[in-house]
Amino acid sequence: MSSMTTTGVKKTRFNLDLKTIGPFVALIVLFLIGILVNQAFLSTGNLTNILTRSSFIGIIAVGATFVITAGGIDLSVGSMAAFISGCMIVIMNTLAATMEPGIMIVLAGVFASVLLGSAAGFVNGFLTTKGKIEAFIVTLGTMGIYRSLVTYVADGGTLALDRGVRTIYRPVYYDSFFGIPYPVLVFLGVAILGYVLLNKTVFGRHCFAIGSNENVARYSAVHVDRIKTLTYILQGICVSIATIIYVPRLGSASGQTGTLWELEAIAAVIIGGTVLKGGYGRIWGTVVGALILTMIGNILNLTDVISNYLNGTVQGIIIVVAVFLQRGSWRKKK
Amino acid sequence: MPTTMASPSTIETALVANNICKSFGPNEVLHGVSLNVVAGEVHALLGENGAGKSTLVKILSGFEAPSSGALVYEGRDVHWSSAEAENSGVILIHQEFNLAEQLTVEESIFLGREITKGPFLDKVRMRTLAQGYLQALDCYADPSARIHDLAVADKQMVELAKATSRNARVLILDEPTAVLTGKETKVLFELIRRLRAQGVAIIYISHKLEEIEEIADRITILRDGTLVGNYDANELTKDDMARLMVGRELSDLYPHILTPPEDAEIVLEVDNLKIPGVIFNASFSLKKGEILGFAGLVGAGRTALMEAIIGLTQNVSGEVRVFGKPVAYKDLSEARDDGVAYLTKDRKEKGLLLTHGLCPNFSLFSLQKFSNLLIDETAERKAFEAASKVFDLRVGDMSVPAGSLSGGNQQKLLLAKVMEVAPQIVIIDEPTRGIDVGTKSQIYQFIKELAEAGRSVILISSEMTEIIGLSHRVAVMCNGTLSGILQGADLEEHEIMRYASGLKGNGKYE
Repeated sequence: MSSMTTTGVKKTRFNLDLKTIGPFVALIVLFLIGILVNQAFLSTGNLTNILTRSSFIGIIAVGATFVITAGGIDLSVGSMAAFISGCMIVIMNTLAATMEPGIMIVLAGVFASVLLGSAAGFVNGFLTTKGKIEAFIVTLGTMGIYRSLVTYVADGGTLALDRGVRTIYRPVYYDSFFGIPYPVLVFLGVAILGYVLLNKTVFGRHCFAIGSNENVARYSAVHVDRIKTLTYILQGICVSIATIIYVPRLGSASGQTGTLWELEAIAAVIIGGTVLKGGYGRIWGTVVGALILTMIGNILNLTDVISNYLNGTVQGIIIVVAVFLQRGSWRKKK
Repeated sequence: MPTTMASPSTIETALVANNICKSFGPNEVLHGVSLNVVAGEVHALLGENGAGKSTLVKILSGFEAPSSGALVYEGRDVHWSSAEAENSGVILIHQEFNLAEQLTVEESIFLGREITKGPFLDKVRMRTLAQGYLQALDCYADPSARIHDLAVADKQMVELAKATSRNARVLILDEPTAVLTGKETKVLFELIRRLRAQGVAIIYISHKLEEIEEIADRITILRDGTLVGNYDANELTKDDMARLMVGRELSDLYPHILTPPEDAEIVLEVDNLKIPGVIFNASFSLKKGEILGFAGLVGAGRTALMEAIIGLTQNVSGEVRVFGKPVAYKDLSEARDDGVAYLTKDRKEKGLLLTHGLCPNFSLFSLQKFSNLLIDETAERKAFEAASKVFDLRVGDMSVPAGSLSGGNQQKLLLAKVMEVAPQIVIIDEPTRGIDVGTKSQIYQFIKELAEAGRSVILISSEMTEIIGLSHRVAVMCNGTLSGILQGADLEEHEIMRYASGLKGNGKYE
């Protein structure tokens, strides 16, 4: 039998390679299309713009990679982002009313953001594990709750950040380090940390194990509930990081902030080759997935051939095709 | 189904396989195997894991197409799909059942052939028929129960009911008794005999040679994808069968194991352990270097008792002492860190991540050992390579997913995984279920070495000979109660059965 399994492997490896590089190939193809469509695509301004814009979804999607790899799902991230933005603005404005605008106020906002993100993630994780409710249901619920909370706090309107604080906070989104915008650097940092955490640590291995078979994980002394809850907390922290760099962009938050981000994040994860039902996760795939999604919108903006209004259509097609290709190679593997 | 009963003397060839070859990619796994199954016979198919039995029966039943060779069914050449084979009455009952867990028993039996009355399902009729089929099998599962809620034995009965309801002409059973108790096996054999009398041809795969001896009329033996031979059952003794399968003499399946000294340290004590509704009373102790067998019928509570001890079950009363220290483990990692490890009987669902590689599977239980913030992948790989030698993992390439290994190799991988934490007390649950004779003997040898190295072993097994052949003492469970502990001259099959069936012992610890 051994000779048979040997070839089986070679085949598998080949497939795996295709799967891993698939998203990269797609990105390159899109990139070439971009160049053909419009010279402006290659301009430094446009490329930095793509990178910066993909940072929000990308950072959230890195968190989502953990949740999905461990067999969960988090639909609440968009609402959570709105909720955290709102709370940050309220907290910073309150502080600005009592003291001189300064870096301390921004730091307090950042601190509150991480705290809120972890707490919101913990709620999702706790309800799924200890409450034994399906992650889809739990996060569908919290999705509604977080969004309505921010609408309530904003009284149906928009929360605007204090002008003084805004001036201090603004560079976090708009400035750059050796030409690389801060959001892109943060994205890169989150991605590297995420990669190490998912692929090189016990925690990451346990995520894979839980996602592929929770029972096996339990019988292998994995703290299933703890790890799953941690993935949701990690997701919450990623949302809070995305929020921290998003708030200075507009300086405001409303009930509309972060609408449909959850779907974009999940789409980025899936395009990147992570298996939706859990067990396999790829951080770099996710990063590429986020870039692909942003690039599609960007290219449609630069061309008249396809209406920009069809952005969703093109993204949708890409998602379905990506999953179709994934499934094809799974079949061969079996 | 034949309208007249075929008498055994009417030789009517039901299904013939001629010179079947099967290749996956460039590798041939069946090299010209021939088989002819006659109506009204039980034809046993024997071979070690990986010998090609499963591939052969998949070809017979249309799940795989042969690369070359011909199938002849009732005199005509066939090239069929599994659906066509089923419609013609050639039905394979898989080792892992093919039932949708959320359907009811009745829905499963009639799946794809629902009886209708006008546009609506005729539920009353289907229920009555389903009940009839099940009763004929001595199975009293409720037709409206969900498959999910059935015991394994009942699931099998549902599969069989499904087959009988389809007028099977050739029924292929792939290790049907692996999950059955002795009594259920008797019922199954009764059924097989009845089907045989009705002229049904039965192809029977099993590793249990006693069963083959009891039920088979003819025997076909495969080894490494080649045909060893077709024999009349009364030509062969069990030893012959084992020898032909393995291709070498099996001098002694059960090794001689040194007895631990009388005054050996007691490493595990369990006093009056109870789980409401599951375990009513269990007390026993385990010595250093001892193998304590746990016998009993399926469902007697042996696995539940062990899972309670290692912390997989909460709501347990009574006292457990490990090395004299009272413990109440809240999860498996606490037990592991105290040197107590449990090897599940359910390799595929609880033991291994089937879609993941061998090395991550191997290290999952002991991963902390290789981690210092980050996982030391070099150390992990080295440990895996060492362990795969110790446990004789026979895999050409170590990067295949665990699910592609044969049952025997999976069991060895599971052993390697659990033993990597170097436990002092190992609880091994059904270590040889669905495993070929060669690997069995390796596992026995390994258990022997474990005990002689001063580790203590609890061995749960439903194979009586295995329990008797390996254990120093045997605890017998009956209906959630530890009904007795046997040793010395009492350690024999009938005495164990008396305790297991509740004829003897009242659940009190002797």
